[in-house]
Amino acid sequence: MIELITQQPFVSAIIALVILGVPFGALLGFAAVKFKTEGDPIADQVEALLPQTQCGQCSYPGCRPYAEAIANGEAINKCPPGGETTIHALADLLDVEAVPLDEEHGEENIKTVAFVREDECIGCTKCIQACPVDAILGAAKQMHTIIASECTGCDLCVEPCPVDCIDMLPIETTVQTWSWDLPKPAEVIATDKNSGDEVAA
Amino acid sequence: MRKVWDIHGGVHPPENKEQSNQLAITSAGIPDQLVFPLSQHIGTPAAPIVAVGQKVLKGEIIAEAKGFVSVPVHASTSGEVIAIEQRNIAHPSGMAAPCIVIQADGKDEWIEHSGIEDYTAVDKAELLNRIRQAGIAGMGGAGFPSAVKLGTRDDQVIETLIFNGTECEPYITADDMLMRERAEEIIAGAKILKHLVKPTKETIIGVEDNKPEGIAALEKAAQGSGIEIVSFPTKYPSGGEKQLIQILTGKEVPSGGLPAQVGIVCQNLGTTVAIYRAIQFGEPLISRITTVTGEACEQNRNYEVLLGSPISHLLELSGYQQKKASRLIMGGPMMGFTLHSETVPVVKTTNCIMAPSAKEIPPPTPAQACIRCGMCAEACPVSLLPQQMYWFARGKEYEKLEAHNLMDCIECGACSYACPSNIPLVQYYRASKADIRQQKQDAIKAEQSKVRFEARQERIERQEAEKEAKRKARKAAAEARAAGNAEAGKVDAVQAAVERAKAKKAATDPAQVAAETAADPAPNGDAAKDAIARALAKREAASSMTDEERLLNAVKALGKRLDKTREKLATAQAEGSDTVEILTETLAKLEIKLVDAKQAYDDHQQKN
Repeated sequence: MIELITQQPFVSAIIALVILGVPFGALLGFAAVKFKTEGDPIADQVEALLPQTQCGQCSYPGCRPYAEAIANGEAINKCPPGGETTIHALADLLDVEAVPLDEEHGEENIKTVAFVREDECIGCTKCIQACPVDAILGAAKQMHTIIASECTGCDLCVEPCPVDCIDMLPIETTVQTWSWDLPKPAEVIATDKNSGDEVAA
Repeated sequence: MRKVWDIHGGVHPPENKEQSNQLAITSAGIPDQLVFPLSQHIGTPAAPIVAVGQKVLKGEIIAEAKGFVSVPVHASTSGEVIAIEQRNIAHPSGMAAPCIVIQADGKDEWIEHSGIEDYTAVDKAELLNRIRQAGIAGMGGAGFPSAVKLGTRDDQVIETLIFNGTECEPYITADDMLMRERAEEIIAGAKILKHLVKPTKETIIGVEDNKPEGIAALEKAAQGSGIEIVSFPTKYPSGGEKQLIQILTGKEVPSGGLPAQVGIVCQNLGTTVAIYRAIQFGEPLISRITTVTGEACEQNRNYEVLLGSPISHLLELSGYQQKKASRLIMGGPMMGFTLHSETVPVVKTTNCIMAPSAKEIPPPTPAQACIRCGMCAEACPVSLLPQQMYWFARGKEYEKLEAHNLMDCIECGACSYACPSNIPLVQYYRASKADIRQQKQDAIKAEQSKVRFEARQERIERQEAEKEAKRKARKAAAEARAAGNAEAGKVDAVQAAVERAKAKKAATDPAQVAAETAADPAPNGDAAKDAIARALAKREAASSMTDEERLLNAVKALGKRLDKTREKLATAQAEGSDTVEILTETLAKLEIKLVDAKQAYDDHQQKN
């Protein structure tokens, strides 16, 4: 044995490596089968960051397909409802450069909610079929209305309406939803007037 | 002397309380018009139950509580409802909110009301309901419905009941004057709450040591009641609920938790008096003590003011000079906010109206760069790291902010006060907190949308599958019908055979057979007969034919079949039927056969 090693060091090294390699390879193979990851974890993580408006402005039929596309290397800047925040979050997650929103897919607008002008509605159910989250209530030849709390503001119901009776209304700030803004960055020159209306300190 | 604990940090701003605590509390009278916002408390806004033009009496409910965390709103004087509309309210945003407006008739006529003579004889639920129906919400600033706070679960043992007489915010003296003048009412209210909460260990009224007169009055009134008055060193913000609990008991309320979790319930003094009046006399919460102070007012003092009175009414009584004032603040200089209008009404949480001069409270000086001195961390009563959180807030790093326990910030403003660079630190935390809350809400909404979207997707797929299944079922049914027909055909053939046999048997009577055949025509049977006859004829012909003729015939027959198949294929393609593939295959085979047959014929001719 020792003779063989000394006389044929190269061959014996290869044999030793093969002997080591076989069980470890088998172990890895077994682990790959045993601990197989179900689904696509990256797509799941990406999906969790998307706003779930299901608006299709990214040109994919919903947030999940876009998440899967991103996981496969699609650009991260095609989601107008998510806007800058989502792009930054995705850039952080995927460790890529944050790029500005792709204007082609729409601009980042203020949040809206759909509103049916009910006296003009003819009850055609076209908007009901278009709504990705079933947020429109109504039946054939009956007036339709939007369940505002479920509406994602995706805009998809506006196009199919034959009588144009759906408006996208901006969500108004009320006393309950109002919040403080971040203070403006510090003025360097003391004589510059600071925007005053803050709490007396 | 009882042991008191200390809280971390804190600041000592000038107290400025002597301006307003020199004069006794006086009534502010009845203004012409009163405005009642529907949301004067934390929780769901109340819902109006009066109509425009309706006459209301003092103490009448004009808006009822909606939901559990809510309280009703009462008219604070008699008069007529003249509007239910959006009016400016006391809110940092300066926005309008739904309000009920009442034109006072000056008669100040009470609605019929009665108190409970012996509250110890009434059960807890009834007392809590009275407190709720009296519209009582925490009068210290947050406005949390008192009945909800006092309605502790039975499995929670309350050891200590604390009354908060700290009033640590500079300038405000409303609770101080209440203690001096109405100590008996405070103690009477404290007794009711003691009965209600049943603390197992003790009942304490905590007062900062800068109010010796108040402490003396309370001690006199509390003699023999088992209620202890505890004074402790003045420091801002000892009046915060969690801070006061720590000072008096040494216990810390867990992060994100409630005092009840450590066996403590805490109540404001003004609220206590309101509860006393609600139980003893059946009077709802319709007035409160409000401090009007600041250099722009000639007379700084406390008023007993009807809720809904516009603050301009109070300012007028105090000799307010607009020229002198730099701004109007509701609340104190540390935690208050600037008012955008003089028409906003006094609400349940309005403890102070400040009209300071520019010298007294100058406009905030421009913020300078953070020098990382750490004074904010020293000042923070919750032991947070304000400076670190400032950077995270600027970078909008919300996860890190939460990891640094931003949500435990009580927004007391001690950090901003301590900051030598005048950075409005607390503003950053307020804004970030709101953003984080918004993000969480958005995340919940997104999750909800996702669930709905997936449910819809699933439904559409299911419907599609159902349709497909129905289509298949129809197809299968059609095929079965076709097969059934073929079967019927076979049956016919069998019948025809039987018929033939009969015919043979009855050959002796051909006329009868002919009659039978005519009467019962079996087209399938006839066709089969014909085909057999033709085939037999062919075979006979073939057997008599030479090889050459046979081969030629084969070529001809194949040619015919090929033509027929081509025709069939053309029609099948035109109809788009699913036999196209089979026909194409047959065509190819036939072509090969034809070529073979021709080859055989040619070979044969060459041989000869």
